[in-house]
Amino acid sequence: MARITAGIASSHVPAIGAAIDLGRTQEDYWRPVFDGFDWTKTWIAESANQPDVVLLVYNDHASAFDMNLIPTFAIGCADQFSPADEGWGPRPVPIVRNDADFAWHIAQSLILDEFDMTIINKMDVDHGLTVPLSLMFGQPAAWPCKIIPLAVNVVTYPPPSGARCYMLGAAIRRAIESYDQDLKVHVWGTGGMSHQLQGPRAGLINAQWDQRFLDDLTRDHARLRNIPHIEYLRETGSEGIEMVMWLIMAGALGESARELHRHYHVPCSNTALGHIVLSPQS
Amino acid sequence: MVQNLHDYLADLEDIPGTRVYTTRRARQGYWLNQFAMSLMKEENRKRWKANEKNYLDDWPMTEAQKSAVLARDYNLLLDLGGNIYFLAKVFSTDGLSFVQAVSTMTGMDVAEYQKMMLAGGRSPDGVRSIKGES
Repeated sequence: MARITAGIASSHVPAIGAAIDLGRTQEDYWRPVFDGFDWTKTWIAESANQPDVVLLVYNDHASAFDMNLIPTFAIGCADQFSPADEGWGPRPVPIVRNDADFAWHIAQSLILDEFDMTIINKMDVDHGLTVPLSLMFGQPAAWPCKIIPLAVNVVTYPPPSGARCYMLGAAIRRAIESYDQDLKVHVWGTGGMSHQLQGPRAGLINAQWDQRFLDDLTRDHARLRNIPHIEYLRETGSEGIEMVMWLIMAGALGESARELHRHYHVPCSNTALGHIVLSPQS
Repeated sequence: MVQNLHDYLADLEDIPGTRVYTTRRARQGYWLNQFAMSLMKEENRKRWKANEKNYLDDWPMTEAQKSAVLARDYNLLLDLGGNIYFLAKVFSTDGLSFVQAVSTMTGMDVAEYQKMMLAGGRSPDGVRSIKGES
């Protein structure tokens, strides 16, 4: 049977992708951003930790979805997805290859579990999905595993509540564990942490709040799932709401998850960069 | 837990210096954001760069939206229903990074804004609530 072997969360700042693609990772500004991923790169390359499939939770930033169609939860079910042209040409990263049979299985299971998923086939994937892949896997000719994209609307209000995201994570775990293939599966939550990209209040960072959020990923899921949207907005800036996507990962891993690694750095462009690796076993 | 929608929306308007992208703004800014989205295509970027005003005339946007785009007045564009991820297509086409474009909304120049970010960013203290002034 398929099983969840790890949960990973990471910011997905577009400037990280540009720094990697332009070979700037060793510059003074960028080195402290990337150093915190060295542990994970080594860890994930060990055969016991390599995923067969990553279910990657991210949000589209006006790339695949314009204002015409705004799905709250969408799962990619095609065989492959190309990197999006976000205004400066597509990132020079590999095509994202899906395990489409598994993705369709998860979609069916989630719908029967009362999550009314949007199923999407033709879709380009933007920095929200490709930057975390680059951070964990570097610059390979092909990504070393299959990737199931799961896109969450966190752009147009209201996004799903933290509680709903957490419950979706638990339903994703049930879906994974009911798949009749021997697969090691990672669930990744991306985006965040505190940041605001708009208006006179742009540049907001709340390291104390972020660190407590990281702490409670292994200590207090009840608190995390009940954080209302307004708290994310007031405390972590208008784009800090992306952290509800981390709760999908947390819900899939469960309360007994153990922290293996953590990285936090300010600033990364306009953002507080956060990263954590969790094992489902306590 | 069902939230009261009116209380929820009132709270979203209670954050200083912030325009939460609500359904009201999404409706108001529909064509502005769809215009910005069109700049994801290289052929459209070429036409846009050749003559911005002509390009805008193909879109059923308000005159206020068009002139704010031409002026790259991003705070005004937020007020007129623009969303930052869509507006990013405009400043990316201009060759600006998020830091460069975002700083223009804060009243700081890029160097001052960068300095603030390197020093740990803007504190939430004093900018959590308009009503509560906290």
